[in-house]
Amino acid sequence: MPFILRRLAFYVVAAWVALTANFFIPRAMPGSAVQDIMSKFPNLQPSAYKAIEAMLGVGHPGSLLDQYGSYLVDVVHLNFGTDVSAYPASVASVLGQAIPWTLVLVGTATVIAFFVGTGLGIIAGWRHGGWADRLLPGLMFLQAIPYFFFALLLLELFALKLHVFPIAQGYNGQVVVPGWDWAFISNAIQHSLLPAITIVLTSMAGWMLQMRNVMITTIGEDYVIAAQAKGLSSRRVVFTYAARNALLPQLQGFGLALGFVVSGALVMEIVFSYPGVGLLLLNAVTSNDYPLMQAIFLVITFAVLVANLIVDLVIVLFDPRVRAKEVTAR
Amino acid sequence: MSAFANYWRRFPVKAKAGAIILGLFVLAAIIGPLVTPYDPSFQNPSPGLSMAAPSAAHLLGTTQSGQDVLSQLLVGIRLTLELAVIVGVVATAASVVVGVTAAFLGGFWDDFLSLVSNVFLVIPQLPFLILLLGYLPQKGQTPTIIVLSVLGWPWGARVIRAQTLTIRGRDFVAASRETGESSWRIIASEIIPNQISLIAANFVNTVLYAIGTSVALAFIGLADLNSWSLGTMLYWAQSQQALQLGAWWWFLPPGLAVAFIGTALVLLNTGIDELGNPRLRDARNATRVAGYRVWPTDPTPVLEGVAAGGGRVGAFLHSFSRSSLLDETASGGDTR
Amino acid sequence: MSTASPEPVVGISEAGPAPAGPILAIDNLSVVYRTPSGDVRAVERVNLTLNPGEVVGLAGESGSGKSTLAYGACRLLRPPALITSGSVRYAGRRTGAPVEILQLRGNELHKLRWREIAIVFQSAMNALNPVLRVRDQLLDAIQTHMRLPREQAAEKAATLLELVGIPRIRLRSYPHELSGGMRQRVMIAMALAADPEVVIMDEPTTALDVVVQRDILAQIVELKQTLGFAVLFITHDLSLLLELADRIAVMYAGQLLELGTADEIKSEAAHPYTKGLLNSFPSLHGPRRDLAGIPGAPPDLRDPPPGCPFLPRCGYGTDACTSVDMSLAQVPGSADPWHVSACPFVGPEGALA
Repeated sequence: MPFILRRLAFYVVAAWVALTANFFIPRAMPGSAVQDIMSKFPNLQPSAYKAIEAMLGVGHPGSLLDQYGSYLVDVVHLNFGTDVSAYPASVASVLGQAIPWTLVLVGTATVIAFFVGTGLGIIAGWRHGGWADRLLPGLMFLQAIPYFFFALLLLELFALKLHVFPIAQGYNGQVVVPGWDWAFISNAIQHSLLPAITIVLTSMAGWMLQMRNVMITTIGEDYVIAAQAKGLSSRRVVFTYAARNALLPQLQGFGLALGFVVSGALVMEIVFSYPGVGLLLLNAVTSNDYPLMQAIFLVITFAVLVANLIVDLVIVLFDPRVRAKEVTAR
Repeated sequence: MSAFANYWRRFPVKAKAGAIILGLFVLAAIIGPLVTPYDPSFQNPSPGLSMAAPSAAHLLGTTQSGQDVLSQLLVGIRLTLELAVIVGVVATAASVVVGVTAAFLGGFWDDFLSLVSNVFLVIPQLPFLILLLGYLPQKGQTPTIIVLSVLGWPWGARVIRAQTLTIRGRDFVAASRETGESSWRIIASEIIPNQISLIAANFVNTVLYAIGTSVALAFIGLADLNSWSLGTMLYWAQSQQALQLGAWWWFLPPGLAVAFIGTALVLLNTGIDELGNPRLRDARNATRVAGYRVWPTDPTPVLEGVAAGGGRVGAFLHSFSRSSLLDETASGGDTR
Repeated sequence: MSTASPEPVVGISEAGPAPAGPILAIDNLSVVYRTPSGDVRAVERVNLTLNPGEVVGLAGESGSGKSTLAYGACRLLRPPALITSGSVRYAGRRTGAPVEILQLRGNELHKLRWREIAIVFQSAMNALNPVLRVRDQLLDAIQTHMRLPREQAAEKAATLLELVGIPRIRLRSYPHELSGGMRQRVMIAMALAADPEVVIMDEPTTALDVVVQRDILAQIVELKQTLGFAVLFITHDLSLLLELADRIAVMYAGQLLELGTADEIKSEAAHPYTKGLLNSFPSLHGPRRDLAGIPGAPPDLRDPPPGCPFLPRCGYGTDACTSVDMSLAQVPGSADPWHVSACPFVGPEGALA
């Protein structure tokens, strides 16, 4: 338990840093951000002007500390302000529509990539030089390709040329209407296959390479030799003795790499015009929609922190030493 | 020089391939912009040359506004590599400083620096970068370099700190301390030389990260769109619908360039990894012994013909028996 | 000992009669590590036998090949190890006819391991799986070889722990929760889990402090007397073997230099190396004397020089030593025909005529 509490405290600190960075960056940037925004949207109401000023902290009454306080209160209430580009919709509602798409797509694909990659890594580490090892260079190449570039290629090949997958978007608006019925869900799944495949193929190599290296090191440990000496079946030696231990650094790596994976997936959504957070991000950047940009940053950060916490819980489940380490005096 | 040759010989084939490919690109980066057939920004208004397919005059075709893709590519390779290498050097240097300091000082400073590193690591990079760059009026090379370096050091710092702790705990460092060597000397002569391969691997990883991230940032428009880096080429290609319009020569080369540079870096790193971790190299060497393929879980192979003598002396097939010497003892049975 | 018989003998009877001859016969065994830069000759044509219920000590410095010999005999060495000559015959009560270990296939080897030949490793912290409880690791050993019903197996595991002096509550512990001495006892308990006939102990007490060392050794002796297994005790500490072993084998640079009973080695060691070893540690009894030690270092096993590997460090060495064939011959003047040495020039009293 103390281990989890320490991790929780850490995530709270990280969240606080993110929040504070989010608060100070607009106020610290050079140039007149407000002018930039206003010049892009000439038909904004004066009230919008005020709102943007408030957000950017320009000409706002009250000390910095007051502003910071009210900012934090706003965040807790999920009040991210008014959206600039989709005015007068609130940022929260715009975000709220996009998040589920991203969550389902990126979440599922990342988990699949992790499992497949780790599984292949176990085999590659065990049967060094075998077929799994030979996959590696190919997969490494796939991983070196920018996500979105690979997405473009797949899109070109499978969607445009071969018509195997749908071309874009989350669902075909002309055919189905959002709702909890099979027609919609199946259509959505169909549209998510290509983006999901992209994520899995490009990120798999990383997990596989790391697991393979950890496995090779672990198989050299004395307790694996001891397990062999005990006459245990090869399967039991590799999985219960080697892989079980090798999983721990692998899981730790997963938590840390999550941020990268999510980032890449966001950019990739743009290619597919997938109605997730990525597309929203692109629009926010091109239209200088600062409130939205900031809100996206916060939401993604919090999601990644929560995911990391979950991974930590899994690690505790798997490693008895971690449970004990925090109990004994440090 | 002979030390280098020694290392080269021990390098696995994969890593050598990576080094060679990387070398080619570095060469392109150095001399490329000097040999461009055209000025990459030069827009040729003649209609036949808009998004024209590769031809003798334009080896990689043209863009929407008649610019030569090959020229842009050559300039782009340099710009992108330049940025990545600078970020690599700065971030790696920072991570070495932070990592070694944290490990050496221990206590509060260690906790503090580790906390900072971990916080930066856990916060997702791209959204943070977008936030930082988004507010800048000019999004050129320099701001990008600064921003990437600021976010790029924590990973290496963690790894180097861990390794430094291991080395610091070793006897020869304690011995140095006993003889009164100053901390700086210990760091310079004992700690850093033992981590060369780690630092090198770190550098390669950072360069990889810098390339990938800068290209992604440029793709969504957060770069100096008037310069020709590989990322901005992709941005313009995408915004002009090059893919949909079939102009593969515009978006394929920059993307493939990034992919090949990236792959070369990863391959190079597998070699560096092996140099640092002998077990990986042993594993690579050990798959074939005397012609047999041997997995680590296989029994030690026996040379052909050994103990073949008069056939197997006795086959060995006992079923799962339940008896136990302990039982015999407990019941006072035969104990030999 | 029965020799080659072509028909497979479906081995069986648990409580068969004890075999007449050695329980483990290592004959002319050579092990090399086949590296890209050449073969490292880790074990060179070693003959060693182990009789039922006996304790044979295997002494030598690091790199002498003693561990490689034992693991190689069980085929537990990792690539690039390769066995290039010899035979390893095992004849236990359960096997009927002797079994040639070097010819066994994978699954047959699995059955032989632990059930017949078990190993106690040097560092228990490293040899125990950190994420499994003691109970699970014991059960692993038990159930792989004897499929007992669940409760019986659990009871057996508890009994094993108590046998080595650990309360059964510790079944639930993880390795890191135990002290060093306890971990080593768990290792011993685990080794005995399938009732082996041979237990190989690879420096089992080297990593422990002296007090715990004594306890563990006493425990081993007691268990051996109760259960009757044979022990191959590997250590660099010759003084330990003088007290513990029935017979002692001395290895150097992959070769066997001397073999004899403990008493003979103690009072009438023949080989110069053995004499050097004996001079390297003080005795609790008797007068003080200068500790000589053995200057120099072991040779590179990649390209061993011809003749005796000990020549560079030997006080008695002559040119004739480079053409010695290293076979073991009876020590002249020794009452025991089985006291053998590889040095034809030096005896217990000194250089021979």
